[in-house]
Amino acid sequence: MEPAAVVTLIAVVLVILALVVYLVAVILELRKITAGLDAVIESVGGIVSKSRPVNGVVESINKDLSAGTDLLEGLLDKKAGQDDAAGLVESVFPGAGASVLERQGRTGEVKNIDEVYTRGAVQLARLGRESPLGAGAMSGVALRDATYSSAAARSLYQNPSGPVADEPGGPRHRPRSPTIGTEAPAGGDSASDESSASNRYG
Amino acid sequence: MTLWWIGNAVLLLVIVPVVAILLRGVLNAAKATGQAVDALRPVAEAASKDLDAVELLNTTQEQVSQTVAVVADYGGSLDTILEDA
Repeated sequence: MEPAAVVTLIAVVLVILALVVYLVAVILELRKITAGLDAVIESVGGIVSKSRPVNGVVESINKDLSAGTDLLEGLLDKKAGQDDAAGLVESVFPGAGASVLERQGRTGEVKNIDEVYTRGAVQLARLGRESPLGAGAMSGVALRDATYSSAAARSLYQNPSGPVADEPGGPRHRPRSPTIGTEAPAGGDSASDESSASNRYG
Repeated sequence: MTLWWIGNAVLLLVIVPVVAILLRGVLNAAKATGQAVDALRPVAEAASKDLDAVELLNTTQEQVSQTVAVVADYGGSLDTILEDA
């Protein structure tokens, strides 16, 4: 055999050897990749199955919350008026008043309520005085005696007169918790008293 | 004969190294992909575990429904006790 032929054969064998070695190594790596991807796909499948109901649930939650928002905004519209409603929402959630106006189908500037909503404060004050709200005007005398209005509540305490000291001149303790149950002091409004009170206010 | 030797030289000095370089490149890319997949596996497992709390959304949905229902009841009461504008 001629030397040139031998060299050619050696070169071809080298090429084939390189191909075999590297391609076998690539095949082994690809098998590792396949095994890794199988493990990853298992976790990805878990992600897909776990996140599948999210859309429906979140849409349902949004629907419920939207219904609640509409309800409260409607109530706010009715009780405070459209202008004040947007302003009140704006005062609590800056920037949200414009959205309220938009939902009302209106445009323009949101009313500036500031920190105190006078009309709401008046209504709350009237609630505190047990005024039959909605039945009477805001003006006029209080329907309950402001001085003795807490007598019924104070009668629930062991010492209605107020804090007492264990020894003369010692620190006075805060009133104890109301005694309820079998040892509760006699007195207080009964159901008939409440019904009579409601009749009085109604 | 001279051409044969020239062909042999080209084969040994050019073609064999080029083939080796190309195959090494493919092997390196495959190894890099394998490392990326290995790094991806714990991330996917952690993401799947993070989504375990999604089941609680059903509870959240029920709570929201109940809360909205309670708010609706309070709204009715407020509608009664508060004056309209």
